[in-house]
Amino acid sequence: MEKLKYERPVIKKLITGFTNKFGSQSKNEAVTHIESVNVNELIGKYGSPLFVLSERQIRRNYQNATRIFRTRYPKVQFAWSYKTNYLNAVCRVFHQEGSWAEVVSGFEYDKAIANGVPGNKIIFNGPDKKDEELIRAARNNSLIHIDHFDELYTLIKLSDEYQLKPLVAIRVNMDTGIYPKWDRFGFNFENGQAWNAITRILNSENLNLVGLHCHIGTFMLTTSAYAIAANKLCELAWSLKVKHNKTIQYLDLGGGFPSTNTLKGSYLPGTDTVPSIDQFADAITDVILNYGFKQEDLPLLILETGRALIDDAGYLLGTVLANKRLSDGRRATILDFGVNSLFTSFWYEHKVSPAQESGQHTEETILYGPLCMNIDVIRENITLPLLQKGDRLVVHKVGAYNMTQWMQFITLRPNVVMIDKDNNTHVIRNAETREYIESAELIPPHLTNA
Amino acid sequence: MRLKKNIATSEAGFIFNPGTGDSYSSNPIGSEILSHLKEDIDRKELIDLICSKYDVDRIQFEKDIDDFISQLTDNNLLDD
Repeated sequence: MEKLKYERPVIKKLITGFTNKFGSQSKNEAVTHIESVNVNELIGKYGSPLFVLSERQIRRNYQNATRIFRTRYPKVQFAWSYKTNYLNAVCRVFHQEGSWAEVVSGFEYDKAIANGVPGNKIIFNGPDKKDEELIRAARNNSLIHIDHFDELYTLIKLSDEYQLKPLVAIRVNMDTGIYPKWDRFGFNFENGQAWNAITRILNSENLNLVGLHCHIGTFMLTTSAYAIAANKLCELAWSLKVKHNKTIQYLDLGGGFPSTNTLKGSYLPGTDTVPSIDQFADAITDVILNYGFKQEDLPLLILETGRALIDDAGYLLGTVLANKRLSDGRRATILDFGVNSLFTSFWYEHKVSPAQESGQHTEETILYGPLCMNIDVIRENITLPLLQKGDRLVVHKVGAYNMTQWMQFITLRPNVVMIDKDNNTHVIRNAETREYIESAELIPPHLTNA
Repeated sequence: MRLKKNIATSEAGFIFNPGTGDSYSSNPIGSEILSHLKEDIDRKELIDLICSKYDVDRIQFEKDIDDFISQLTDNNLLDD
């Protein structure tokens, strides 16, 4: 006789009086495929855990965002935020779509050059630009966004010494009505620092002020802050025209658009609370279009959107290592990936789906990673089907920041695979090996025989 | 190992403890195990019964039944 399908026995206490008025769905739909590729086959071929990126979704996100802005404003340029995900394959997808590069370090600058981005399509942001990096960026006609007066005076000095004509913008920080106010980067608008910096640049012989930049925050949930930011940049651009007859070529509104991940502590899921890119585009373009610029003087609008273009194109596949019961009776599940790989689990309540069909019964559990550290918690409380050792899980919306902020701790970082438009899979970063990790280490002679 | 006499169970998986007023739900295999526990049954017999009927590795089921029994004990549903 054929045996019946097994499911772990479970008993759950029924608690009345605490029904959820939103009636959230308790059924966990199995996610057996990413695009058209089977999750179990992916893990079978490339191991577990495994990061998976959908090229199709990246392109879809990019094309959607550019369409939204370009149907509202005549001159729009996106610059891919390298720090969000600087795996070369990812960057090249964005560059193929027409995106410039936005970098915040010499390391990222070199990556952009190696990815074939012309120097004049690289925006060089950040507070740490070394002399040789500034010289190179100036020679390449890259757009250098000055962060502080020390950098401004360094650039003036280097321009004199090396006969450079750098194309520059200043980063402006400002009060947009949000908390926390990001005033550690750039020059302040309200106290006149930004205008002082502009004046200093105009008085320099070699620096060519071509743009104005701001980046007001990250995971911004209010569109009005962008309207305020756009208005203040327009005010500076307008003053430049009126007082110095100087036309600014571009306004760079930076990044900060959120993905639909759910922030920790949120009452409602991100899918219900996050403004759409259309709403951000309306807020920004309405201000610039109505500010009073002549049509021919309308500045190019640059956006450095990162997270919103990549987060939902990334998945982390993993495997259940063990189930256990905590001292207070709560169920805990240990996975083969932790906060070392999924850094964003510090901020988000990531959606996690089973990768196999399961019964209708669910239970609340804590998802722990495999690290020998108390803080290694992926979800503090999640309702999932009755998982068994060896079951597979899919974590959603992990494309942003994980593949740049991940930590090599205790164990090795896994393979990263990209699924192309034709559903072919490509390893775009090999799983690390001990030899790779140790290749940068040196042993002093007196320890060689230890 | 035996379910307390006053515990009411249904085939649909509903469990009621009139002593405390608490109610519980279980999945079908949980209900089946509870029905076996209405008679005094030892752990090995229970494991043999379930493993002969369901497609489950014996060691896996041993882990699961121990966890299930500990849940019943924690909720004061078994005779001492």
